Amino acid sequence: MGPTLLEANSPIAESAQPIISCNAVRLAFGTKANAQTVLNDLSLAVYQGQIVSLLGPSGCGKSTLLRVIAGLIEADEGSVMVDGAKVARQMPRAAREKMSFVFQEPALLPWRTVWQNVMLPSQLRGVQQQTKVKDLVEHLLGLVGFQRSDWSKFPSQLSGGMKMRASIARAMSTQPTILLLDEPFAALDDMLRSKLNDLLLTIASEQKCTMLFVTHNISEAIYLSDAIAVMSQGRIAERLKVPFAFPRQASLRSTPEFAAYYGQVATSLARGHS
Amino acid sequence: MNSSHGKHLTNPAPVIVFLLVATIWHFVVVLFKIPPIILPGPIAVANALWQERMVLLKASWITLQAAAVGLLCSAIFGSLIAVVFSQSSLLRIALYPYVIFLQTVPIVAIAPLLIIWSGNNFRTIVLVATIISIFPVIANVTSGLLSINENLRELFQMQSASRWQTLTKLRIPAAIPQLVLGLRVSSGLSVIGAIVAEFFVGNSGEYDGLGTIMTSRQANLKTAELIAALMACTCLGIILFGLVNLLSATLLRRWTRHSGFESDK
Repeated sequence: MGPTLLEANSPIAESAQPIISCNAVRLAFGTKANAQTVLNDLSLAVYQGQIVSLLGPSGCGKSTLLRVIAGLIEADEGSVMVDGAKVARQMPRAAREKMSFVFQEPALLPWRTVWQNVMLPSQLRGVQQQTKVKDLVEHLLGLVGFQRSDWSKFPSQLSGGMKMRASIARAMSTQPTILLLDEPFAALDDMLRSKLNDLLLTIASEQKCTMLFVTHNISEAIYLSDAIAVMSQGRIAERLKVPFAFPRQASLRSTPEFAAYYGQVATSLARGHS
Repeated sequence: MNSSHGKHLTNPAPVIVFLLVATIWHFVVVLFKIPPIILPGPIAVANALWQERMVLLKASWITLQAAAVGLLCSAIFGSLIAVVFSQSSLLRIALYPYVIFLQTVPIVAIAPLLIIWSGNNFRTIVLVATIISIFPVIANVTSGLLSINENLRELFQMQSASRWQTLTKLRIPAAIPQLVLGLRVSSGLSVIGAIVAEFFVGNSGEYDGLGTIMTSRQANLKTAELIAALMACTCLGIILFGLVNLLSATLLRRWTRHSGFESDK
């Protein structure tokens, strides 16, 4: 079975190579005798500039897939290619550094200030052009909504939403080509979630990066994505092209078209689940 | 480490308990006509405390130094051992049983041996204080270095962080609260270690800590003076514990700061 193609909005992408491609990926956890299949012959392709949501119930393997693509977990079988490089636990620095990961929790270091936290990835990578990085980090912190006076605050002084904003700024600080997000807003309330969805769209269009977004929230998946990959029992059960044009406004969520499409996605999700 | 500790210090309840116990103690001694050689009353002890104040102060200072240096050695060497354990599971598995041995060894049994090897001196007292107080540091710091949040580890992995970077920028800072926790337990143990070692050093005149004072008072059946020395020991433990708490409040400022939550805009 070949890669599951997700059509891109831009016409160039269709002829181009996918930036992320998973081919017949298999992964099982546990011992051989008591193996639990997590990813079962999964194939997926994502093209440059796309925002794709992986939608599925808890335990369907979507977070694991994201980690396999990031090279944090190695697949048992099949291949994962990111921007032409093969993904593995020990992969070339240059290939891995094209990706950034936003975790389900903000994962900030409590002993570092907001500024120091956002600078961390560049520090670890030993980036030489310090002024360039600083300019970028300043810009990003402003973009995600930090006042200059909050840069020296410690994570324990921030609300959950602000921590997540700092976490997003940190992920963008290395100018990734690909941003992988693992249910980053699952712990936030609906109001905050939709604000941060808008923020993410702003970042995506400004920084021109490809996003793979794991969620179990249908509305969020529709609002953010070019395409939705419905995941079930370790494979992509269905792929849906989201019919709404960019840029999107929050008011889109209250249109009847959105509601109708929501119903359609919910049905696919239920179908995949049964 | 937080403001509730400060509140405890100004609360008069412990003083009231102290006065109550002293009163009961006084009347028990008077009513049952207990000979002072067995149990002197609180007034006799207070007298002894006053008369021996210079000797006790000097001895306390020596013992405090020994215990504090022992605690410092535990902090330094305990942390170093923990770092080694965090980097090599082979060494950890091979050596951990011997670390547990440090905790279970009857210090009373090896103190005489250490004195033979190292002499009737300050160094030996420090050595015993270190041996008895190092285990909580090793155990706590090792677990702090190893139990790193999965996402933080992955964050470092995503940056292709080296082993050294992960150790210095993630594991060690993350283990600081555990180190402080270990030092709190160790502070009491180091005082015990120093005093026990001083029992064995004997009253040779080369070294005069609280433990040596106690053995000499006991030999002369000066019970009131013995209890006075005992009280000095307790104070010493409290002082060292207080110092560690002060240190932890400074060290952990970043980990525990909770001022003015910023609401999300």
